[in-house]
Amino acid sequence: MDLSIFGYQFMQNAILAAFLGGVACATVGVFVVLMGISFIGVCLAHAAFAGAILGVLLGFNPLLGAFIFSLGTAAIIGPLATRGELNLDTSIGVLFSLMLGLAFILMGLMSGPKTQMLSLLWGSILTVSKTDLILLGVVAAIVVGLVTLFYKEIQAVLFNRDIALAVGIPAGLIIYGILFLTGSTITVSLSPIGGLLIFSLIINPAAAAYQLTYSLKKMFLLAAIFGIVSGWIGLLASYLFNVPSGAAIIVASSLIFGLAALFSPKRKIKRWQVRDEPSRVFQSTGK
Amino acid sequence: MRNLYEMNNTVVKIENAVVSYREDVALRDVSLEVKRGEFVGVIGPNGAGKTTLITLINGLGKLVQGRVWVLGHSIRKGSVNGIRKRVGYVAQLQNIDPRMPISVEEVAMIGRYSQLGTFRRPGKADRDIVDEMIELVGMSHLAKRPIGHLSGGEQQRVAIARALAQEPEMLLLDEPTASLDWRAQKEIMELVKKVHETRNLTTLFVTHDLNALPDTCDRLVLMKAGRIWQQGTAEEMLQQDILSQLYDAPITTREHEGRKIFLKAG
Repeated sequence: MDLSIFGYQFMQNAILAAFLGGVACATVGVFVVLMGISFIGVCLAHAAFAGAILGVLLGFNPLLGAFIFSLGTAAIIGPLATRGELNLDTSIGVLFSLMLGLAFILMGLMSGPKTQMLSLLWGSILTVSKTDLILLGVVAAIVVGLVTLFYKEIQAVLFNRDIALAVGIPAGLIIYGILFLTGSTITVSLSPIGGLLIFSLIINPAAAAYQLTYSLKKMFLLAAIFGIVSGWIGLLASYLFNVPSGAAIIVASSLIFGLAALFSPKRKIKRWQVRDEPSRVFQSTGK
Repeated sequence: MRNLYEMNNTVVKIENAVVSYREDVALRDVSLEVKRGEFVGVIGPNGAGKTTLITLINGLGKLVQGRVWVLGHSIRKGSVNGIRKRVGYVAQLQNIDPRMPISVEEVAMIGRYSQLGTFRRPGKADRDIVDEMIELVGMSHLAKRPIGHLSGGEQQRVAIARALAQEPEMLLLDEPTASLDWRAQKEIMELVKKVHETRNLTTLFVTHDLNALPDTCDRLVLMKAGRIWQQGTAEEMLQQDILSQLYDAPITTREHEGRKIFLKAG
């Protein structure tokens, strides 16, 4: 196997982008999976997408537009749910459809070819720019830093919001923080990883980690490892089989999830409990 | 109020409280005083405002009118976090995902977070307190297990350990025995009685189920339609006619092994 390709700068950048994106997305994914708001990935990705198009249309930095839209949307999700007495997922669904509509209206207003915009949906990890890498690095560091710093508050809120409030943890603030981190991660991943790909990179590694551990710390760690490995396997496969890198990363992360689900000790415990049930009944009646 | 708090040992004072959610008024002009060390049972039908009364005390409820003092502090918006740290709260059995990645001792540790504040991690002293509380509620053998794997009664014991790990001055229990089986219900009631006595707590115990009321209540508060309808000693309040009126349903009482049991008549 000729691996000389990994000596090239663009490939090294891609490997680094997969590492940073993998860590940031997978960490955010743990929140998303545990809070049961998996749709937030596509919702904020489309918000960022609409913001980027607006930027191009009005002549300001698309990245700025993407940030404003995705963080703005992340900020509205909570209040919309509270005001409308909806659950978070419904609120996310409403905003997702709005952002999708906006993105296509704005794209309709653009003249000329739209391939540059559409590439944001698929990402281009092989042509990742230095700015993308720096931003990805900064956001990954912030995400990991804040999770480490506020680990116990985050753990309490993920377990039960009311109980967190009852022990004096500002649960609302923590949830906004989580949404803010999700929005930032998605925005900086938009260009290198792509709006559609990001969904799988958020959900799959965290969902795989969820299959394997009962410890939140380990879940964060495993998710990050799976995120990185998905990216790297995807890159390698894309080179070896000459397939699009984004799609290869999606398939790699799905495979990791499949394996984790297959070998999940959590399922084994379930089977063990069922098998053990008659003996327990017998013991208690025998007393 | 601080003086009154110190002189009279009044830990909770609610004056003409009104709480409303949307169009519904959950509490109408409710006034209540609780003294240090008291064990107060709050009973009444569903929707009577019992839970709202509890949320008023731990600052989770929204006061529209009236005033509330807890442990010498007036409860206002934004100033409640300090109070919450001193008040342990046990809600009714939660629906916990069995795959939730959090263990029994980690759940109990959440109680310590109230005392730790931001940026500080739990140390040995905190772990010792958590171990002690888990032992107190009889869950030491399950300490490392995922919380979602425990039975309802065991999860409620852990919830009590979590509340006690806060080293609270007050314990609020909101239907802690709801949806538990008979034996678990009895065990939780006995546990609450024990911790109330051994840890010098002031305890408020809310339940709609008369048979789930610990027999140590110093006082019973009867709530109906958002108001405190009557209050008095358990002896005075647990009468067939009073209870039948409270629940708008005929209720008979029977003595069984020295304990009053309540039956729906007819």
